[in-house]
Amino acid sequence: MALVGPNGSGKSSLLRLIAGLLRPSAGRIEFQGGTAERTIGEQAHYLGHLDPLKPSLTVAENLDFWAGYLGDRDSPADEALAAVGLGALTDLPAAYLSAGQRRRLSLARLLAVPRPIWLLDEPASGLDAAGQERLAEHMREHLATGGMVVAATHGPLGIECEELRLGGSP
Amino acid sequence: MTALSALLVRDMRLAIRVGGGALMGVLFFLIVVTLVPFAVGPDLVQLRRIGPAILWLGALLACLLTLDRLLAADHEDGSLDLILMGGTPLELSLLAKAVAHWITTGLPLVIATPLLGLLLDLEPLAIGAVALTLLAGTPALTCIGLIGAALSVALRRGGLLLPVLILPLTVPVLIFGVAASNAAVAGPLSFGAPFMILCALTLGSLVLGPFAAAAALRHGLE
Repeated sequence: MALVGPNGSGKSSLLRLIAGLLRPSAGRIEFQGGTAERTIGEQAHYLGHLDPLKPSLTVAENLDFWAGYLGDRDSPADEALAAVGLGALTDLPAAYLSAGQRRRLSLARLLAVPRPIWLLDEPASGLDAAGQERLAEHMREHLATGGMVVAATHGPLGIECEELRLGGSP
Repeated sequence: MTALSALLVRDMRLAIRVGGGALMGVLFFLIVVTLVPFAVGPDLVQLRRIGPAILWLGALLACLLTLDRLLAADHEDGSLDLILMGGTPLELSLLAKAVAHWITTGLPLVIATPLLGLLLDLEPLAIGAVALTLLAGTPALTCIGLIGAALSVALRRGGLLLPVLILPLTVPVLIFGVAASNAAVAGPLSFGAPFMILCALTLGSLVLGPFAAAAALRHGLE
């Protein structure tokens, strides 16, 4: 599902609500088909505006940390890095990455640790055309395996999806 | 690798690579201990008498140096959101961060204490007592600092607020740490009583610190 709408219409807030980072003032959010013992946040990947990377750690160390912390690692870090086009930069400190490469490293976390829900806030920001196409491909693969993607975006996501328009006309 | 060990290893690695951990703390400790004789004069008897207090004050201030980055760095790059969302209880994650902070900041101060004690002409017994009390007391400083770091993380320039928040809370640790060190050398109290109270303060802060910090984080970041 694509969340669209003008700035300040609540796209990011809705994603943070689903992730459990904000508490709803009324109502509740349910995830049907998930694991009842785990919260939605524990079953979701959240990709916000910021890339949670440490500049002094290498590309591989950054990904290894999140794979270790989030658990349930699906594939070795190298495979996830290769899938986002960073396979040759594993030993490079993240400080040297461009904005697009940092974004791709953040996306590698989604591939390294399988979770059914992807909450993506402007996932294509900073990505070049090839990166956007690769992102769309990863989203299609995730959807094909029964996953769910909720993405706040101002542009086309490159996949067939429902659209939820928030706020007034953009 | 479990979530907690991953967090522990990452934070220790960051502290070593960024340089804000062991080396910075020990250097600051050294500067404080070196400056005091310039202020109070080169009277060795006096330095020997106030030496344990100087070492404890130096260690306390050195611990403060890196506490403001304990959670702020993770907040600024969005890591804290993922830590909050993760399946690992936040209290345990914060405890792991506190352990990493103590290993990279508190423990090097304990190791440096014998050398700095020599600079203050402390006797071997006094040096041993100060090192032992710092070993028992510095985890309390980290855990109390964790609460301050959590309270100030969502505030702009919260790092400035941190010492104001936590220094008053560290006074009991300072009092019993210095009292135990002095008691080991000069009496009249026995070393055991203040040292046991110091250990109790540390155990209490180890239990309360992560819970209080987690509550402050959950409240502050919403």
